[in-house]
Amino acid sequence: MSATLLLEQCLNGMQLGIMLFLMSAGLTLVFGIMNLVNLAHGSFYMAGAYLGAFVYASSQSFLLGVVAGLGGALLIGLIAEFLIFRRIYKGDHLDHVLVTFGLTLIFNDLARLIWGPAALFARVPPFLSGQVNIFGLISYPAYRLAIIVVGLAVAALLYVLLRHTRLGMLIRASASNRTMASALGVNVVVLYALVFALGAGLAGLAGLMAGPIFTVIPGMGDNVLILAFVVIVVGGLGSVEGAFCAALVIGLIDTLGRSFMKPLFGLFLERAAADNSAPAIASMLIYILMAIILFFRPQGLFPPKSR
Amino acid sequence: MTKERIALAMVVVLALLPLLFAAMGESYYLTVATRMMIFGIAALSLDLILGFGGLISLGHAVYLGIGGYAVGILDFYGISNGFVQLGVATLASAGAALFIGAVSLRTSGVFFLMITLAFSQMVYFLAISINSFGGDDGLTLNAHSDLGLNFGNTQVFYYFVLACLAFFLWLSFRIVRSRFGMLLRGMKFNESRMIAIGFPTFRYKLTAFVISGAICGFAGALLANQTLFVSPSIMQWSRSGDLLVMVIAGGMGTIVGPVIGAIMFLLLEKVLASFTTYWGALLGMVLIALVLMGKTGLLGGMAKGGRPHG
Repeated sequence: MSATLLLEQCLNGMQLGIMLFLMSAGLTLVFGIMNLVNLAHGSFYMAGAYLGAFVYASSQSFLLGVVAGLGGALLIGLIAEFLIFRRIYKGDHLDHVLVTFGLTLIFNDLARLIWGPAALFARVPPFLSGQVNIFGLISYPAYRLAIIVVGLAVAALLYVLLRHTRLGMLIRASASNRTMASALGVNVVVLYALVFALGAGLAGLAGLMAGPIFTVIPGMGDNVLILAFVVIVVGGLGSVEGAFCAALVIGLIDTLGRSFMKPLFGLFLERAAADNSAPAIASMLIYILMAIILFFRPQGLFPPKSR
Repeated sequence: MTKERIALAMVVVLALLPLLFAAMGESYYLTVATRMMIFGIAALSLDLILGFGGLISLGHAVYLGIGGYAVGILDFYGISNGFVQLGVATLASAGAALFIGAVSLRTSGVFFLMITLAFSQMVYFLAISINSFGGDDGLTLNAHSDLGLNFGNTQVFYYFVLACLAFFLWLSFRIVRSRFGMLLRGMKFNESRMIAIGFPTFRYKLTAFVISGAICGFAGALLANQTLFVSPSIMQWSRSGDLLVMVIAGGMGTIVGPVIGAIMFLLLEKVLASFTTYWGALLGMVLIALVLMGKTGLLGGMAKGGRPHG
């Protein structure tokens, strides 16, 4: 196990973590404020990936692709909120599960109808297709590095938005007591729509960036959605800061587990046994981690203080 | 008509169905109907914790997978004794439910939902990554479980599944009418009050969770026997969603409702799939309409007290 490989895998892990954070930020905000369980959140991720890849390919403009992916996901989120979600905020969690499960089925089939069941090719833009030399140690794909940078920037922006702007204050106020916030004159309906669209946009951004790395196929959002659930449960439901930490931890552990579990097991197991058991354990690692954390802290690592 | 009468009528109709199919010369329908009954058992098991315990599990299909793989793995090692296979399938599922329940029942509400989902994903990925048992491609069985019955004969297998369904219906009615069932319902409506009265609610919920998992594991073993094949896809998360839909469409907390829900669901799937490959979207629309119009399922009105809101 060389140091350069370790560094490379750490960066890969961070990149996965950043993606997971973008997915889970919206999920945890929507849960914290509207108390909504949204299984259709993965659909916004898929929408971002499809629209981004499709518009980039047909217009040959990367910028246009980004605008389409990000804006498209945001718009779809806004429309879905207006047509469906705002009717079910008051329902119980079972209603949420059924409606959003149904929406996921619809969105997956819609993607299949429009772009077919096969994977859509998503291109890396030319100016990011090269390798970057990091500290003279390793050369790392520029695109993956860009994901980390963009993700960290978005995380910082989100922090400023939530902690240091009027809108963020209103969002936090509604999260801690929506009835009181509403009574004090906050337009909760508009605020909910904004938060929902923000979450959908972040998921769209994650999907947009994930396009060239993972395959763009119908249902691509489902697996990421479940990972995002693990993240927000571990981080503490409703806490964006918690989601950030949990996302990075889970991204790192998953990536490092998949690449180093085999040599690690090889140290004390026979080769054949290690080859068989390592991938199995590696794929379960984050779920085992989640089970352990929840056993000792059922409310997650960083539960929001104000509720 | 009481729910028991509906259940009895349903079993009688199901018992007569093969005669009708034989008269129509459509033996394929028998296979479809068998599959419906197996999912009926699975849905019924979910209803025990969802409808009576108020526990929204989004990972119930994992027990279908564990039951199915128990049969598949025993068969892989040449153990075809049906009593062993079905027994191990049930016990393994019960064991998994005990572990999953012990962790996830410490939480409640949406945490519970997500943790059950995560655990089912864990087992799903485990099944995918173990290449000795087929991995992603699944495991093909050499033979049916050997109970001294010829499961290769669709009629024999149909009646065996029907007998199992009837037994589990009876068992479930016994459970929910018992003191234990009353306690479960009490916890669903007001857990803190039950604790205040002095009941160790965790223990009761865990027991219900284990019983439910065991029954669902049995259904998984039946499913493996029907198709002579198990693959990770039987415990995909959307399968757990399907099970939830079956229970709710049929009516939570009614025992017989979920069985009818399962039959309706698979029937709808078959019918829609014959028209269009996009039946998932149609099903999604039905689901959304179902909730937005405030339906409580086919037999929902019969569940005393209805659903708690808020």
